[in-house]
Amino acid sequence: MPVIYIDDQPYEVAAHHNLLHACLGLGFDIPYFCWHPALGSVGACRQCAVKVFRDEHDRRGQIVMSCMTPVRDGLRLTIDDPDVRRFRATIIEWLMVNHPHDCPVCDEGGHCHLQDMTVMTGHNYRRHRFAKRTHRNQDLGPHIHHEMNRCIQCYRCVRFYHDYAGGKDLNVFGAHHHVYFGRHESGALESEFAGNLVEVCPTGVFTDKPARRYYARKWDLQSAPSVCGQCGVGCNVLFNERYGKLVRVDNRYHYEINGYFLCDRGRFGHDFVNGEERIRRPLARESRGASLRETSADDALSRATQAVAGRRVIGIGSPRASLEANFALRELVGADSFYLGLSDAEFKSANLSLALLRELPTASLHEIETADAALVLGEDLLTTAPRMALALRQLARRQPTAESIVACPVPEWNDQAVRELVQQQKGSLFSATPGPTKLDEDAAAVYYGELDEIAGLGLAVAAAVDQPSAETDSLATQIATALRNAKRAVIVSGGNEAVMQAAAAVVRALRRAGRDAALCLTQPEGDTLGLAMLGGRALSEVVRDGAECVIVLENDLFARLPEADATAFLERTKTLIVLDHSITRTTARADVVLPAATIAESTGTFVNYEGRAQRCFSAFAPQPDVRESWRWLDALRSSLFWPTFDDVCRAMAQAVPAFAKAPDAAPSAAFRQIGNKIPRQSPRFSGRTAITAQLNVSEPKPPDDPDSPLAFSMEGSREQPPPALIARYWAPGWNSVQALNKFQQEIGGPLRGGDPGVRLIEPEAKP
Amino acid sequence: MPIYSALRSLWHVFKHTFRRPITVQYPEERPRIPPRWRGRIILSRDPAGGERCVACYLCSAACPVGCIALQAAEDEHGRRYPAFFRINFSRCIFCGYCEEACPTRAIQLTPDFEMCEYDRQNLVYEKEDLLISGPGKYPDYDFYRVAGVAVGVKDKGAGERELPPVDVRSLLP
Ligand code: SF4
Ligand code: SF4
Ligand code: FES
Repeated sequence: MPVIYIDDQPYEVAAHHNLLHACLGLGFDIPYFCWHPALGSVGACRQCAVKVFRDEHDRRGQIVMSCMTPVRDGLRLTIDDPDVRRFRATIIEWLMVNHPHDCPVCDEGGHCHLQDMTVMTGHNYRRHRFAKRTHRNQDLGPHIHHEMNRCIQCYRCVRFYHDYAGGKDLNVFGAHHHVYFGRHESGALESEFAGNLVEVCPTGVFTDKPARRYYARKWDLQSAPSVCGQCGVGCNVLFNERYGKLVRVDNRYHYEINGYFLCDRGRFGHDFVNGEERIRRPLARESRGASLRETSADDALSRATQAVAGRRVIGIGSPRASLEANFALRELVGADSFYLGLSDAEFKSANLSLALLRELPTASLHEIETADAALVLGEDLLTTAPRMALALRQLARRQPTAESIVACPVPEWNDQAVRELVQQQKGSLFSATPGPTKLDEDAAAVYYGELDEIAGLGLAVAAAVDQPSAETDSLATQIATALRNAKRAVIVSGGNEAVMQAAAAVVRALRRAGRDAALCLTQPEGDTLGLAMLGGRALSEVVRDGAECVIVLENDLFARLPEADATAFLERTKTLIVLDHSITRTTARADVVLPAATIAESTGTFVNYEGRAQRCFSAFAPQPDVRESWRWLDALRSSLFWPTFDDVCRAMAQAVPAFAKAPDAAPSAAFRQIGNKIPRQSPRFSGRTAITAQLNVSEPKPPDDPDSPLAFSMEGSREQPPPALIARYWAPGWNSVQALNKFQQEIGGPLRGGDPGVRLIEPEAKP
Repeated sequence: MPIYSALRSLWHVFKHTFRRPITVQYPEERPRIPPRWRGRIILSRDPAGGERCVACYLCSAACPVGCIALQAAEDEHGRRYPAFFRINFSRCIFCGYCEEACPTRAIQLTPDFEMCEYDRQNLVYEKEDLLISGPGKYPDYDFYRVAGVAVGVKDKGAGERELPPVDVRSLLP
C-alpha cells in the first residue's frame, strides 16, 4: 500500500483511490461537491483543493484538486495551509454569488451539504453586491420538487440520473453561467430512480416533494433503521417520523445490497402508513349482515378468542408480514392449518426458489455489480426488482471500463475520462424477456419470446456452456461464450418455474465448467422467501374444503385467489378474523378486524431474495389500539407467551431450524452502549415541552420500547451505534447524508462493524 | 472603631429618608419598559400583511427548553406557513434565542410581562394567541422579497437584487 504524507505524517492508503477519497477515509475534512463515491470524480466544482509538494524540501507547493489527483507512494500534501484555505473559501464565495438565500424555506436546510461546506470553509459574509442570476423552475411530477436557483453546477444530478441510472429525460441545458439542470420541458421524471436526486444533489435543487406535506427538519425527525418491504430485494431504509406522520423515507447504506441508492417505490411507496385507508381501531360486527363497527381492543380480542376456542382454525400468512407475525400465526393454529397466503404461481415459485437457493450460490447486488457477465431470463426487473436492474446496469457499464483501462491506464474513478474511453461499448449483459424492458439498452444482446421460448433459450445456453462449439452465430452460443469467459457470472430470473429451472441449469453448467456462477431469483414481496422457509400449505388446498374459522394475517385473499374462489371460500367461512393495517376487500368481509402496525411502526425480521434476514425497527410507537401482528396473535392464545420481540424471535429460532440465526440479524433489546439505549431522536430534537402541551401541559413520559435497543427519546448513547442500529447519519460538521463517510470502514465500502443482517441459506455448492 | 462603623450605617440609612422613592405603585402606576425587553412572544406580519413565519423550525431548534412546536404547511402557491404554532410559556425562560434565530423577523419578544395565570394549562399559547396584525419592531423587512423563491409573492427575478430569469435557449453571454 502506498504511503502518503499529510503535513509530514505518514499514512497508508489504498493505491486505486484519488487523494480526496483517501483523505476523507483517513478522517480528514476536505470540502467537496462534485465527487461522489459511487459516481467518481469530474473536477467540476474546484472545491476540494489541497496543496501537494514535490519533495520534503519543497515549501512552496502547488494547489491541486484532490479528487482528480491519484494517490501515489511518497506523495506529500497539506490540507490545512493558508493558501488552500483561502482558495477554498474563495471558491465557495463564487458558488454562493447567485445563491437565493432561501434556506428558511428550503427543504434541504439542516441536512444540506452546501450549508456544511460553507461553514467548513469559513465563508460567512456576502461581499457580492450585484444582482443574482435567476431561473424558472419546472414541475417534475409528484415526487421531486425543483428549485433551480439553488444550483451550484456540480453536475452530480446528470451524472447520476443520466449516466449511472440511464434516465433519458434529465439533462443539462444552456451554456456558461446559464447552465440549467432539468428536463427539456416540465413533466414527471421518468426514471425509476429519480428519487435519489434528493440525496445526490448537494443543494436544495431537488427535494422530496411528498415530504413537503408535513415537512420537518432532519434534527426534528424520529428515525429508525428498517427494510423496504416493496419487493424481495430488501433495500435498507430509514423511516422518519414527526407528529405521528411518516414524513420521509431515506436510503440506509448497505454495502452488499442497496449501497447509496433506492428505487422510487421504496422511497415514495410507503405513504400507506399515513393513508386514509388505515385501520386505527379494532372493528367487529354483531352478526353476518350487520356492519362493522369500531370497538375496544378488549372486546375485539374476547370475540376473537371465543371464535378460536375449540374450533378448527386455519391461518393464512402473508409475504408482507414479518417472519415473527407469520410464525406467531403458525403457532396459534398449528403447522397443519397454516397456509402460506401466496397465489398458486407465487407459491410454486417461492418453493422452487428456496430449493434452488439451497442448492446453488446466490449473489448480493454488490456482487452483481462487480460480476463480469449476466443473463436475465424472463424478468422485467424494473418492475419486479428495480434496484437489481440498477445493479445490472452498473455491471454493463463497469465491465468495458475494466477492460479498457487495462489498455489505457485511466483510474476508474476518473468518470469523464472513463466515459470517453468506453464510449458506447456495453458489457456482457444479456436479457431475454417477453417484451421490451428498460434494461434492454444496456444489454449486449436482447431476446424477446414467450416464457417457454425463454426457458428454451436458457436450456440452449446451458447446453452450449457444456459443449462449447465453434459456431458462434446463434444467440445461445454467444451468451454461453460470454458467460464462460467471465470470471464471475450471474444469472437472474424469477416468477416462472420453467424459466427458473432453465436459469438454474445455466448456473449448474457453468459450475460444472469450473466457473464461478451465481443464481439470483427475484421475489415479489419483502418476506416471500421467508414465508417459504417457514413452510406451510398452498392456499388452493383450503379453498376446496373451506373452514369454520379463518385468521388472515395482513393479506388480501382477493389478490391471491381467483375472484370466484375467494368469494366462495369466504362465504363458507363462519368466522373471519383479519389482521391488517389498511382496508382491503378481505377486511370488509371480516367479522373481527384487528388493526396491525405497519412496517414503519413495528419490529420484525424480513428475509430478502438472497435469504438474508434483516431486522426492521419501529420508527414510532403505533397508536394505542394498533399493535404489531405477532402481539395480537399472542394475545389470542390462552396465555401470553411473548411479552417482547426477543421472546417471539427466539421462540421462532428454536422452533424452526431454518431461522436459527434470525436473532443475530441485529442486537437484541438488552444491547446497551456504555449503559445506554440508542436514541431514535437527534440531540437537537426540538419542541419536546410543547408537542403535546395543548392536551396536557405536563409532558408525558416517552413510550417504552421493550422490543429493541432503541429508545423513543433524544437521550441515550452518543456513540456511533452498531450498523444494524444506525438511525441517522450525522457527524460533527456533517449534517447532510454525506456524513455517511464517517460510518464506513473505507469510503464506499462496508459499514464499520460489518453490514447488518445474516444470510440464512447455505448453498450445498460452495461459491 | 466599631462605634464609628455603627454610626456611619445609621447615617446612611437616615440619609435615605430624603431620597425620592424608586418603588412604583404597580399596578396603579406602570413602569417604563424598554422596547427591546424580552417579554411575551408574538408572531408578526410582513408589510404586505402576510404571515411572516415561514415555518422553518429555527426558533424551535434554538429554544433551550424546547417549548416551541410547530408544523410546516404550504398554501396553493407553495408559500410556507405554520399549520399550528404552539409556545408553552410555562416552560419559556424568555431568553430571546428564538427571536435571534428567526430569519424572517416573525417571532419577537415584546415588553409585555403581564401573563400570569392560576392554571398552568392556560400558559399554552396557540398561533391564534400569538399572531398580531402588524410587523412589530421591524416595519420594513419582507423575507420573500429577498429570498429567491416565487411562492405567489413575486415572479422569479422580481425580488431585490435579482436579474430576470435566464433564457436557457440563448447562447448570448
Ligand atoms: S442541480 Fe444539484 S446536483 Fe445538479 S448540478 Fe445543481 S447542485 Fe449539482
Ligand atoms: S424562526 Fe421565525 S420563521 Fe422560522 S419557524 Fe420560528 S417564527 Fe417561523
Ligand atoms: S470535488 Fe473535487 S473538484 Fe469537485
